[in-house]
Amino acid sequence: MQELIARAKELLADGTVARVLGWKAGDLPYNPEPAYFEKEEDFKDFVYNSFCGANLSKFMIEASKLEGKTLVCLKPCDTYSFNQLLSEHRVDRDKAYIVGVGCKGKLDIEKIKKQGIKGIKSISGAEISDEADTLTIDTIYGEKTCAFSDAMLERCHVCKGKEHKIYDEIIGESKETKDAERFAEVERIEAMSPEEKFAFFRKELSKCIRCNACRNVCPACSCRKCVFDSTKFDSSQKANVDSFEEKMFHIIRAFHVAGRCTDCGECSRVCPQGIPLHLFNRKFIKEIDELYGEYQAGETVVEKGPLTSYTFDDVEPGIVAERG
Amino acid sequence: MSIEANEEFKPKIVAFCCNWCSYAGADLAGSSRLAYPADVKIIRVPCSCRVNPMFILRAFEKGADGVILCGCHPGDCHYSTGNFYARRRMTMLFSMLDYMGVENGRTRVEWVSAAEGVKFSTTMNEFVQKIHSLGKNVRLGDLRCRN
Amino acid sequence: MQRIGVFVCHCGTNIAATVDVAKVAEMALNEQGVVHAEDYQYMCSEAGQAKIQAAIKEKNLTGIVVCSCSPRMHETTFREAAERAGLNPYMVEIANIREHCSWIHKDVEEATKKAVILMRAAVAKVNLNAPLKPGESRVTKRALVIGGGIAGIQTALDIADAGYKVDIVEKTPSIGGRMSQLDKTFPTLDCSACILTPKMVEVNKHENVTIYTYSEVEKVSGFVGDFTVDIRKKARSVDMDKCTGCGVCQEKCPSKKTLSEFNRGLNTRSAIYTPFAQAIPNVPVIDRDSCMKFQTGKCGVCSKVCQAGAIDYEQQDEIITEKYGAIVVATGFDMIKLDNYDEYAYSQSPDVITSLELERVMNAAGPTKGHLERLSDGKAPKEMVFIQCVGSRCSDDRGKSYCSKICCMYTAKHAMLIRDKYPDVNVTVFYIDVRTPGKNFDEFYRRAVEDYGVNYIKGQVGKVIPQPDGKLLVRGVDLIDNKQILKEADMVVLAAAIEPNPDVRKIATMLTASIDTNNFLTEAHAKLRPVESPTAGIFLSGVCQGPKDIPETVSQAGAAAVKAIGLLAKDKLMTNPCTAHSDELMCNGCSQCANVCPYGAISYEVKEINDHGVRETRRVAVVNNALCQGCGACTVTCPSGAMDLQGFSNRQILAEVDAICR
Repeated sequence: MQELIARAKELLADGTVARVLGWKAGDLPYNPEPAYFEKEEDFKDFVYNSFCGANLSKFMIEASKLEGKTLVCLKPCDTYSFNQLLSEHRVDRDKAYIVGVGCKGKLDIEKIKKQGIKGIKSISGAEISDEADTLTIDTIYGEKTCAFSDAMLERCHVCKGKEHKIYDEIIGESKETKDAERFAEVERIEAMSPEEKFAFFRKELSKCIRCNACRNVCPACSCRKCVFDSTKFDSSQKANVDSFEEKMFHIIRAFHVAGRCTDCGECSRVCPQGIPLHLFNRKFIKEIDELYGEYQAGETVVEKGPLTSYTFDDVEPGIVAERG
Repeated sequence: MSIEANEEFKPKIVAFCCNWCSYAGADLAGSSRLAYPADVKIIRVPCSCRVNPMFILRAFEKGADGVILCGCHPGDCHYSTGNFYARRRMTMLFSMLDYMGVENGRTRVEWVSAAEGVKFSTTMNEFVQKIHSLGKNVRLGDLRCRN
Repeated sequence: MQRIGVFVCHCGTNIAATVDVAKVAEMALNEQGVVHAEDYQYMCSEAGQAKIQAAIKEKNLTGIVVCSCSPRMHETTFREAAERAGLNPYMVEIANIREHCSWIHKDVEEATKKAVILMRAAVAKVNLNAPLKPGESRVTKRALVIGGGIAGIQTALDIADAGYKVDIVEKTPSIGGRMSQLDKTFPTLDCSACILTPKMVEVNKHENVTIYTYSEVEKVSGFVGDFTVDIRKKARSVDMDKCTGCGVCQEKCPSKKTLSEFNRGLNTRSAIYTPFAQAIPNVPVIDRDSCMKFQTGKCGVCSKVCQAGAIDYEQQDEIITEKYGAIVVATGFDMIKLDNYDEYAYSQSPDVITSLELERVMNAAGPTKGHLERLSDGKAPKEMVFIQCVGSRCSDDRGKSYCSKICCMYTAKHAMLIRDKYPDVNVTVFYIDVRTPGKNFDEFYRRAVEDYGVNYIKGQVGKVIPQPDGKLLVRGVDLIDNKQILKEADMVVLAAAIEPNPDVRKIATMLTASIDTNNFLTEAHAKLRPVESPTAGIFLSGVCQGPKDIPETVSQAGAAAVKAIGLLAKDKLMTNPCTAHSDELMCNGCSQCANVCPYGAISYEVKEINDHGVRETRRVAVVNNALCQGCGACTVTCPSGAMDLQGFSNRQILAEVDAICR
């Protein structure tokens, strides 16, 4: 982290960048939040640790409109989102100075809490420099421990790899944390009977409070004006005004990001209700891979995605019914 | 469910037809007097690629029991490529509905040319029959799955 | 708030017998915005249209719904009627209660219910309609004809005679096409060159015609009335202005081993060549692949012997960019390759030839100077067998499903000509059916059988087996006598199926013209618009649209010319107003819409946008309404819904959905 701060200050000082987009400490030991740093003194709050899950690439849409370059800290998986935004002309490469930051897996505080660890005062072992396999958590009830991998975000268990896909320089090492199959959960659902599937999604989606956190954090859901906030579709504005929006929100959202979603997992990370929203996106990814050929959005900057391309011999939609 | 109730079931079926092939195919079915159930109501769109999955979901939300999309045969699209995009989009939509445990027989895509009045009528007869066998649509009314 | 009138047509009893039309009209009055409803026997009649117009004026209607036959039938009629009464024609919607209702349902109650729902959907839609105004686009008064065969020549001549400029683009070094390869033509047996050559000269001399031979269409952009085409004029290596056409270069050229395309590979030609003596232009080209100068750098004989100094080894391909109002495709045909029909020994024996090769053999300017002889040993044949439908009317994917249409007639012609010139040669024809619909066609065929003693056998040939003595053993079946036939022949002629020129798919893609699985270009309507492509401004001439003989080709060529002239005669075109439109306040500039647009109608502009007081420079999509054809692919790809389609907007379609599901 110190190396990152030092380099950021240097680039600010020599005028290469006008601001730094990183994370600052939150009011709790585990909730750092995205922030801009423009002056040397701002950096006292700068943090980069294993709770910095937030994908900063989406912030670059706004930052691209600002005067001067923005130094943006991107983890390996965030660079996929940045590439996708580049493909869609939403961010300006020339306005970004990308520092690829090392990542050894990000933590999910909910997973720690689920283990019965409450009243957290501080957590050690979450620093990037540590190679700790165990988190030591100081709580008002005394010291507790938790295995790092047990506290990792779901997305880190299916890590896309430690390689940054786009960067100007890299600071810090990354680690591949993959220890699970990406589509295992999707396959588990696919194997269910229609009744079980329906029951599963009903249970999960019934929790939704339509807070829009998933939409607001998603780098693919970056429309200037969301279709759900538009009068053009008669699905207007307020959550409770239109039953159509109320009922179909998640499936339409999944459809809008299909072929563009990099599977960054931010939707599930920020959902206050703990809905595994990534399971929608990952289903589409799996289908696209199987039906139209392997495709990882954001791997490179491309003109056309799988849903804006076709081949003459594509499978017919009837395949869904046929394969049962 | 009693047999009587079954007989009462009058499914609501929306058929999106592209203007150039399928709508003309439906016209041909009409001028050839090839009957299919009155439950089917056709909406004319310029091309199958004009059909937004939202339209289909909206139909279900408003009480449709089945939605079918008809377009030109792949390769014959009036706009040359529209139905190719429609094909991928619908494959994705159907796959998602299936994934969520919604009967996949309630949606269908069929390519019907302007010359295929017989196919149009046969397809509609089959589809209505299928919807009858599935009964009233309950699940698709609310994909947020609240009840 | 709209003021909507609903007009329910009886269509005599076509609708009224099954749908309670009065009830539909009555129910319409309950719908939002409806202030007037009536039913009438024939809404499309003078009197019916007058009723609509009167109601529009008296009740100040802002939109109308006509419940009648298919919009494909009378939408235009009612739009025009509305326009005459001062209503915007795009404020008219049709509820199709005939083809989609009365004609397919028997139960009056059920049909009436459905008609009411269809009426509701149309009313719901028209409530959201907005007046649309067609745009205008200019017409470039110049036509392009792709292909310089008889179809292209005739089309070009007809357009040029009407006073418009025409350019012909021909791939080979000369115009003339397939017809120039033919010897005699049915059913009159006049010599092909005698009737074609004058036309070639005429088109070449015509002041309104420019001919680009040895050239290909490389790129097409634009739209009806305003196409921009790049033509690649391949390097001829001969200066067209200097060449006198004396032919010395061809005589002296030491490289003479290349198979002659014009003679179907039956003999050879020099590396510098004109395909045939009457070629237009009479300027040779150097085939650089066989020219020693180009291949080894050593030669240059042609340059030395050319007194005019016309040889130019440095010549480069040239790209000519020209604007056109109309494009006529006349790319013609070729014979199929016979790889799949090896049972006829085409690849094994030089004495098994195709009909087109026979044309060259019979032609005085051909490889045998017009003498009928075996290509293997030059001997005169005594027994000739013709096999029909080789690859035509084929039920599997070895050949073509269609009838090639011309083979029955040209085989009768060949048989007759042979029997006439060589009475001692026996001619046998194996056929599936003899198809001779056409003026004087059947008489022609009967002459071959009755006057010339050609032996027609209904049945197919299973195998042709080359014998050690050079004869060909033909094993076939006679279906009428129901017996096997073994016949020794000296020559076998295969009536190979014809297929569209293989390049046509590439051209169709450039033109966004639709093409069928057999590579024939699709017509806008099989019966009513047979010489137009569904893509506006593209017309079809000759075999590119379907198999046809010379008289038919010439008629179609004329018809295509008339359609093109009709277009060129206009100064301006009205464009379809039902096009996509992007709301720049909502547009993300993400390019997804442009990725799916088949017409390249969407471009991006970086411009300052005033978004509710916030001024920002944004990349936004802009639709060229002259290019957009209104398919709507972009509208669904657009995640924010910024892109919408006028006349079929998201809200309009959703309103129809809601009305139907109500």
